[in-house]
Amino acid sequence: MPSSPHEVLRFDNVTVRFDEQPVVDRVSFVLAAGESRIVLGEAGAGKTVLLKTALGLIRPDSGRVHLFGTDITDLKEKALFEVRQRVGMLFQEGALFDSQTVEENVAYPLLSRAQKTLNNTELQAIEDKVLRALEFVELGHTVEKFPSELSGGMRRRVGIARATVTEPPLVLYDSPTAGLDPITANTIMALLVKERDIRNTSSMVVTHRYQDGQIMAGFRTDGHEGKLIPDPGRPGVVFMVMREGRLIFEGTQTELEASPEAYVRKFVRR
Amino acid sequence: MLDFLKRPIQSLQDFVVLAGKAFRNIVRKPHYFDDIAIQADVIGVGSLPIVLLTGFFSGAVMALQMSKALSQYGASGQVGQIVSITLVRELGPVLTALLVSGRNASGIASELGSMKVTEQIDAMRALGTDPIQKLVTPRLIATSTMLPLLTILSDFIGLFGGYLMACVVLKLTTSDQYWTTAYRALDFQDVVQGLTKPFIFGIIVALVGCFEGLRTTGGTQGVGRATTEAVVTASVWVFVIDLIITRIFVSMPAW
Ligand SMILES: Nc1ncnc2c1ncn2[C@@H]1O[C@H](COP(=O)(O)OP(=O)(O)O)[C@@H](O)[C@H]1O
Ligand SMILES: [Mg+2]
Repeated sequence: MPSSPHEVLRFDNVTVRFDEQPVVDRVSFVLAAGESRIVLGEAGAGKTVLLKTALGLIRPDSGRVHLFGTDITDLKEKALFEVRQRVGMLFQEGALFDSQTVEENVAYPLLSRAQKTLNNTELQAIEDKVLRALEFVELGHTVEKFPSELSGGMRRRVGIARATVTEPPLVLYDSPTAGLDPITANTIMALLVKERDIRNTSSMVVTHRYQDGQIMAGFRTDGHEGKLIPDPGRPGVVFMVMREGRLIFEGTQTELEASPEAYVRKFVRR
Repeated sequence: MLDFLKRPIQSLQDFVVLAGKAFRNIVRKPHYFDDIAIQADVIGVGSLPIVLLTGFFSGAVMALQMSKALSQYGASGQVGQIVSITLVRELGPVLTALLVSGRNASGIASELGSMKVTEQIDAMRALGTDPIQKLVTPRLIATSTMLPLLTILSDFIGLFGGYLMACVVLKLTTSDQYWTTAYRALDFQDVVQGLTKPFIFGIIVALVGCFEGLRTTGGTQGVGRATTEAVVTASVWVFVIDLIITRIFVSMPAW
């Protein structure tokens, strides 16, 4: 199926197997430009594998994956590097490089992209960008620290800075709030909303907390303060529910809350 | 049938693929010279004390063991020759490789293994870096150049240990005779053998460490398993490769 220019990400009947066992099972969906998709599911439902497949880090056993209109299913790793430049990903726990400082971590995507040796002006430009990205996540004071010196929430925020420093049009967030206390979790979600509203990014947010979805769907940012302002019923937020690799629900918040399916209901009530 | 062979054959195939990519990257851009230097320091300088210590004792103990046997034949003057041949051809390369395998195959596997289970390897790929280029190739280059150098040092200090034992402690022979027989005993072929081995062992140690690290699954427990597996596998391969290289050199006509 040809993909339209408004599509950012398309899954066509994608299956991923590990040891014969399907962990993503015949999944199809389209992420339109400007859309936020909340992916709900229990641990082991296949959410992480879904995001990694979207980036071409895992190859599907069958089905096709399109990123920005390019069929990436059979692309070589070298060619994938190009497509991935337009995608930011926050990994679960952040996946910061622990041998590098916070500043080096956030500069990494900018430096690895530079093909030649950089002159001083270019290096200065990169440093400015890194500082701006860190200030965006309210961590301007941590540049010299190593990831091991940071709390879980701070590591997540550095991860967000690293994922968004290149200003990619699509950002994938893998469990941005997992393992965090509710207050820190809400701070992180406020950052996601701010990032979405200020830069108009499309995003996929994987989570097992329904509350995270409610924040994405019912709030907007007040600007650089980063406070959340209620904005109920905003368009462009789609919920997906995964269960044992299957996509068992796809729809708006209203549809989700009205769903008669027991598994979906269990999720919404929690 | 033959299902039990599927896993090891699959592993071997994956290993060969990794090795191929790691070698190919030596001549490809980008080159991570900083990483090569860091690894050379970790592996070379870091292993130096333990390599020198064990080298010294293995030379001394060789001299001590041989002293009795040689004096039975009234040949205790030959002790330098025996020590130098065994050290240069066998003991130096194998002992050094085993030490470096214990220190660095494990170190590499646990470092890459924790990077794997915390998704740092995936993050690298997501950010446009080939993990083999950035992680495996520098370790391959560093280990295969450092191991021969460490072996040379180990050989020398071993000869010195043998000298102390034979000439100073046991007074079997004169210092002159010890060093002359030790030097004369070696021909060019021995030196080539003594350097080929650590070069190949270095490749094995680095690649096995990286391979086990990169295929780690199952969280922190998995890292522990990968580390153990790396040391065991690398050590066994050192012995197997040692036998093969020795066989080749023994059947070679003298140069
Ligand atoms: N590299 C892998 N090898 C084997 N099995 C895997 C691998 N990655 C994930 N799985 C399995 O796939 C399933 C889905 O995993 P995942 O996508 O991480 O779940 P989650 O929804 O919690 O993110 C799990 O059962 C997991 O054990
Ligand atoms: Mg997950």
